[in-house]
Amino acid sequence: MTIASQTPRQALHGATTAAPPTAPRPPARRRTSLTRNRWGYAYVAPFFLLFAAFSLYPFLYTAWISLHKTSLSNIGGGTWVGLDNYRALLQSEFFWNAARNTLTIGILATVPQLCMALGLAHLLNYKIRNRTFFRTVMLMPYATSIAAATLVFAQLFGRDYGLINTLLEAVGLERIDWEAGTLSSQVAIAAIVTWRWTGYNALIYLAAMQSIPGELYEAAEIDGANRWKQFLHVTIPSLRPTILFTVVVSTIGAVQLFGEPLLFAGNGTTSGGSSGQYQTLGLLMYQQGWSNFHIGQAATTAWAMFMIILVIVGINAVISRLRTRAER
Amino acid sequence: MIHSTKGKAALGAALAAVLLTAGCGGSDGDAAADAAAYDPNAPVTLTVGTFGTMDFDNAGLYDEYMKLHPNVTIKQNNIAQSAAYYKSLQTRLAAGSGLDDIQGLEIGFVADVVENHADAFVDFAAEDNADELKGSFYDWKWGQASTEDGKTIGLGTDTGPQAMCYRKDLFEQAGLPTDREEVGKLWPTWDAYLDVARDYQSKSQNKFLDSPASIFSSSVYQGETAYNDADGKPIPGESDGVKTAWGYASTAASEGLTANLSQFGDEWNAAFSNGAFATIACPAWMLGYISSQMGDGGAGKWDVASLPGSSESASNWGGSFLGVPKDGKNVEAAKDLAEWLTAPEQQVKTFVEAAHFPSSPKAAEDPEVVGATNAYFSDAPTGEIFGKSAENIKRTPIGPYDTQIQEAFTTALTDIASNGTAPDAAFGNALKVAQQAIGG
Repeated sequence: MTIASQTPRQALHGATTAAPPTAPRPPARRRTSLTRNRWGYAYVAPFFLLFAAFSLYPFLYTAWISLHKTSLSNIGGGTWVGLDNYRALLQSEFFWNAARNTLTIGILATVPQLCMALGLAHLLNYKIRNRTFFRTVMLMPYATSIAAATLVFAQLFGRDYGLINTLLEAVGLERIDWEAGTLSSQVAIAAIVTWRWTGYNALIYLAAMQSIPGELYEAAEIDGANRWKQFLHVTIPSLRPTILFTVVVSTIGAVQLFGEPLLFAGNGTTSGGSSGQYQTLGLLMYQQGWSNFHIGQAATTAWAMFMIILVIVGINAVISRLRTRAER
Repeated sequence: MIHSTKGKAALGAALAAVLLTAGCGGSDGDAAADAAAYDPNAPVTLTVGTFGTMDFDNAGLYDEYMKLHPNVTIKQNNIAQSAAYYKSLQTRLAAGSGLDDIQGLEIGFVADVVENHADAFVDFAAEDNADELKGSFYDWKWGQASTEDGKTIGLGTDTGPQAMCYRKDLFEQAGLPTDREEVGKLWPTWDAYLDVARDYQSKSQNKFLDSPASIFSSSVYQGETAYNDADGKPIPGESDGVKTAWGYASTAASEGLTANLSQFGDEWNAAFSNGAFATIACPAWMLGYISSQMGDGGAGKWDVASLPGSSESASNWGGSFLGVPKDGKNVEAAKDLAEWLTAPEQQVKTFVEAAHFPSSPKAAEDPEVVGATNAYFSDAPTGEIFGKSAENIKRTPIGPYDTQIQEAFTTALTDIASNGTAPDAAFGNALKVAQQAIGG
């Protein structure tokens, strides 16, 4: 999914912005003529050809399809309906339900995930034994496929034969029908997301923490600040750009959440629960396109999701610009 | 150094060229010319696109055909999930390429093919032997694959006449009769069935049936209409079949007479061997599913009785067809194979080997089918039970959105059972979901 393909690239970007003081300045670019570089173009051509074929073309084609009423088996045809699909989408209760679920699952997953990542990174920043081991372990969930993780979690959260309910019963609590309730199902899905991404974010924080100059901590210690105060007044402010970056990346991931709610249902249905209680925008798009075969509608939803992400990225840009201005 | 750079660059350019051209190799075979020059003895490789367990291979039919026709080689391309199969079939129909010589068509999407892609398939009603072909299938089966103007795009393979499977051991524990005749008499109607359910649950810890969907998906086809009117236009809100089926199923859901499992989900699969329920509506193909879920430990625990209300009207759930795409390279040879695979004699073999119930009355009347018993299901005379059921099936019009509409209703039934949603409100929600699937 896009989450996986996007984040490493942006993580790299984030890491460099997180540690600007130590990064060496790039050498001034040598002026070269177009002809001298012509083999260079040949080298990069495969990437751009692939990009054009598998990213740019689908992107534009999706926009074109979203203006048509058409089905999967008639993907080349259909009737031109202009912006009708967008109008219908904004009036559809399924869209707003999915948008609401995406937001709540996003909050349920992102907030604890980033808080825990911050704490874990702080702990791993100390000189402890087997540091490399712990760091590797933390990245393991990220390396697990969504499908494998979700299938295991779905079994854990099973109503009749799930391990979690067995444990709840063992300590004298009521069994929970995790999938049936709105909050319970969203918590369960958020747990899968949190499990997968906490370690990844912790490592990003850790990288940024290690570029904080030690003198800052020494100065704080001389001023009598304890470890907690140091974390609060030295670590967190220094990490601000990194935190902003992880918030943006996690939010983009949350908007696109799809695999977990699809597989959580366990029987391949795309309704996101018996009353759509955990249907996300990504799942709604899949249902429209691949269960109901209304490919025009699905393209519209895809573009709506893209717009939402653009807005988030825009807000991020505004915030960081305001911040840089304030720092000047 | 320079040399190696050039070499790499050339490689890069070559790679790019390959990538560019790879997508363009269309199928430009001249189907018409091939058809004209059809030689039944010329060597030919036929591909058969199938889904799930259509079991032609397991019944040994391909091997037999290849032995009868040494010039023919058959290759099967199977996709386990029929939904995934259908998606790829749709994209291939849209692209007009990549189709197999023979394509399996499930009842869940045959109506869409009939309505929107009839021109892409060979019309069996226009064949020279059309009358003979037609005569070998149940009328309703032939009708399901036929367009309004009389084209027939698929030949029937199996059908899904329904019965009610029940756990003999659990019935005995609850003091209910266990003989299949007597059990059938317990529930002449669905109302009587619900009464038995209430009685059973007053005496047992377990639930009476697996899911409200079990009632809904079987009784909905007992009406005059299921999800569509006579023209195949979806009418989920007005259909008599939906209304009565919803009545029974929502009663069972709100009274807690079911284990409220999602059919084909993980917990449902696990529940078979845990004895979580005592009855399940079973189309003929479900028998194989039950025995594969329970394994050898379940042998002899199950039996098969008649479906409630089946004296008035039987019910069919599922079944498939074989269609031959018109623009294939081996249309004539593919037609021969499709006709042979769906001929009564072969349907008998598929039933005997893999328990798929025939779609041909000739096959259903064959002594091998009529006399068949199922050892796993306490030697129940399944050939006779399902044969009787298949005879009484009327042709309920099918439509392109049956799968989605059925899912909308069964999902809403789950909502009643797990969240206590009022049946009327749940019905309204289901209609909205169904409408979303139909329109758009």
